[in-house]
Amino acid sequence: MSSPAMLYDLTKCVGCHFCEIACQMNKDLPADTTLQSFHVVEQGSGSNLKRAVRRHQCMHCLNPACASACPVSALHKTSEGPVVYDAARCIGCRYCMNACPFGVPKFDWDHGLAEGASIHKCTMCADRQAEGLLPACVEACPTGAVTFGTREKMLAEASSRIAKNPGRYIDHIYGETEAGGTSVLILSHIDFGELGLPKLGTDPIPTITETVMSGTLPFAFGWAAVLTGVTVAFRWRERRIQEKEGARS
Amino acid sequence: MTKSTSPPRISLAGVILGGLVILGLVAAGIRYVYGIGAISNLSDGYSWGFWISFDLLCGVALAAGGFMVAGAVHILNLKEFRPLLRPAVLTAFLGYVMVAVALLVDLGRPERIWHMIIYWNPHSVLFEVGWCVMLYLTVLFLEFLPVLSERSRWSGALRVLHAITLPLVILGVVLSTLHQSSLGSLYLIMSTKLHALWYSPLLPLYFFLTAASVGVAMVIVESSISSRVFRRGLEVGLLGQLARVVPWLLGVYLVLKFGELAVAGEFGLLFSSGLMSGLFWLEIIVGVLAPAVLFARESVRKSASRLLTGALLLVGGVVLNRFDVSLLALAHRAGASYFPHWMEFAVTASILSAGVLVFGWVARTFPLFEAEPDETGKMAAAGTVAD
Repeated sequence: MSSPAMLYDLTKCVGCHFCEIACQMNKDLPADTTLQSFHVVEQGSGSNLKRAVRRHQCMHCLNPACASACPVSALHKTSEGPVVYDAARCIGCRYCMNACPFGVPKFDWDHGLAEGASIHKCTMCADRQAEGLLPACVEACPTGAVTFGTREKMLAEASSRIAKNPGRYIDHIYGETEAGGTSVLILSHIDFGELGLPKLGTDPIPTITETVMSGTLPFAFGWAAVLTGVTVAFRWRERRIQEKEGARS
Repeated sequence: MTKSTSPPRISLAGVILGGLVILGLVAAGIRYVYGIGAISNLSDGYSWGFWISFDLLCGVALAAGGFMVAGAVHILNLKEFRPLLRPAVLTAFLGYVMVAVALLVDLGRPERIWHMIIYWNPHSVLFEVGWCVMLYLTVLFLEFLPVLSERSRWSGALRVLHAITLPLVILGVVLSTLHQSSLGSLYLIMSTKLHALWYSPLLPLYFFLTAASVGVAMVIVESSISSRVFRRGLEVGLLGQLARVVPWLLGVYLVLKFGELAVAGEFGLLFSSGLMSGLFWLEIIVGVLAPAVLFARESVRKSASRLLTGALLLVGGVVLNRFDVSLLALAHRAGASYFPHWMEFAVTASILSAGVLVFGWVARTFPLFEAEPDETGKMAAAGTVAD
C-alpha cells in the first residue's frame, strides 16, 4: 500500500512552532485554536539529561477508532491516507474523542447553536495533497523534523536513520505496528511512554467492536425467533390446559 | 403530619418540581447560546461526563422494567403480573423520553440528531444504540397508547393496537436486549483506557444482566413510591414473585465476572488497585451480592420494606457500576480533571422533575393502575388493583 505518511523525528525538532502557525494559516484558524499541542519532555538528569519537544496531533491510524465509532460516518480514512472529517454530518456526540487512543479530537465547547460546534483534528492537509502540495506543516518545518512520502519510503527512511546513528534513537518506529499501524511515524531519543504515547498492541482498536457489531443483526433475528417460539409455546400450553379442563367439566 | 396534609404537600412538591424544571430550561437556554462549556465542566480531556454516565447509561438501565414486565406478561404468559404492566411501561417510556431530552442538551449539534437516520455507520455501536432507542421509544409509545385512548372512542385504533401487542412486545424485548447490551459495547473501543477490573469483552452481557436486574428493582421502587403518593395498595406478593428472577441474573453476572478475572489471571487487581479495588468491592458487595442474597430469601420477598431495601441497594450498585465504567475507572487525557458543574446537575434534576410531574399527571388522568386487558380486550379477572 503506497499511501502517504509523515515521519516525525523528535531528535530534529527544536520546538519552533512554525508547523503550528503554517497549519493555522492554511486552515484559517483563529490564533488561539490549534490542531496540535506541544509538550516539552525531559528524561534523566545531569549529563544524561535528554529533552524533546513532542508535537501531539492526529496519528492517522490505518484503521482508525474514531471513524469506526462515529455514528454518522462524519470521519473516514481516505484511500490516500488522511483521516478526514465532514463537519456537515457531525452531530457533536463526541464519541470519537472517547474512542481515540491518542486523545486527539477537540471540540468547540464555547459554540452555541448559532455558531455550531464541531470536532477539530489534523486532516494531513488532504485538500493540499489533492492539489499535489505538501502538508502545510511539512512545508514549513525548517529542520526537516517532519518529512512526507509513501508509508514504505518513510518506514525505510526511519529504519536507515536508526541503523546509521547507533545510540541516537530508541530502536523502535512508533506507529509501524501500534493499533494496526498509523500514517504518522515517530522516531525518538526519549521513551515513547514518557512522551505520552500509549503502549498499544498490534491489533487495530476497532477490531473487537466491529466483531460484536457484525453479530448484532443475526443475533437480533435469532433472538426474535426464540421469543416468538416461547410466546407461541406458552399460549399453546395454556389452550391445552383449558381444553382439558373444559373436557373434564 | 396531621389531617389534610395531602393537598398542600402535593402542591408544595409540585412547586419545587416546577421550579427545578424552569431552572433546567434556563441552563439549557444558556447552553444553546454560549455552548456546552458555559454550563458544564466538560473539556477535551473529559468529553463525556455526568450526563452520559447518569442520564444516558443509568437512565436506560433504570428504564429496563418496561421490557422485563412486558416480556413476563406477554411472552411468558404470566398473566398475574398484569397489574404491574402499565406503570412499568409508562416509567420506561418516560425514562427513554428523558434520555432523549438529555441528549438534546449533551449533543453538540442537537438539531442534527436525525442525521443518524440518513448517514449510516454499521460499525458504530453508537449508531446501533441510536437506532434501537428511536425504535424502542416508538414501541413503548404504542404499548402505552391503549391506556391513553381507552376512554376515548377510538375503538378501531384500540383493536389494531391490541392485535399487534404480541409482535410489538417481542420487538421491544429484542430492541431492549440489543441496546442495553450495546451501552456496554460502547466502551469496548476504549479498551486501552478502561481499568482491567471493568474492561471485558463480555461488557455487553454484563450491561444486559445488570440492566435486567435493575429493571425489576425499579418496578419495586416505582410501585412503592406510587402506593404512598397515590394512596393505593401495594402488590407485595407480585413484586416478591418478580424479584425471584434477580438472584439468578445477578448470580450469572457474578460467576462470569469473577470467572473471567480468574481466567485472565487478574485476581491480584482485586486488592492491588487502591481506590479502584475499593470501588469494585463496594459495587459488588453492596450493590450486587447484598440485593441478590436479600431477594433470594422468601421472608424478604414478603416484606414491602425489605423488598424496597434490596431494590434500592441494587439501583445504587448499578448506578455506581455505570459511573465506574464511564467515568471513574476510565483513564482520561493527561492533566485533565472533572467534577460536574452545578448546572449539569440542574439539567438532570430538571429532566427528572419533568418526568415525575408527567407521571403524576398521567396517573391522575388515565387508567394507569388498572390491569392490562388481555389481547382480546377483556379485562383481567384479577382486575383493578388491591392487595
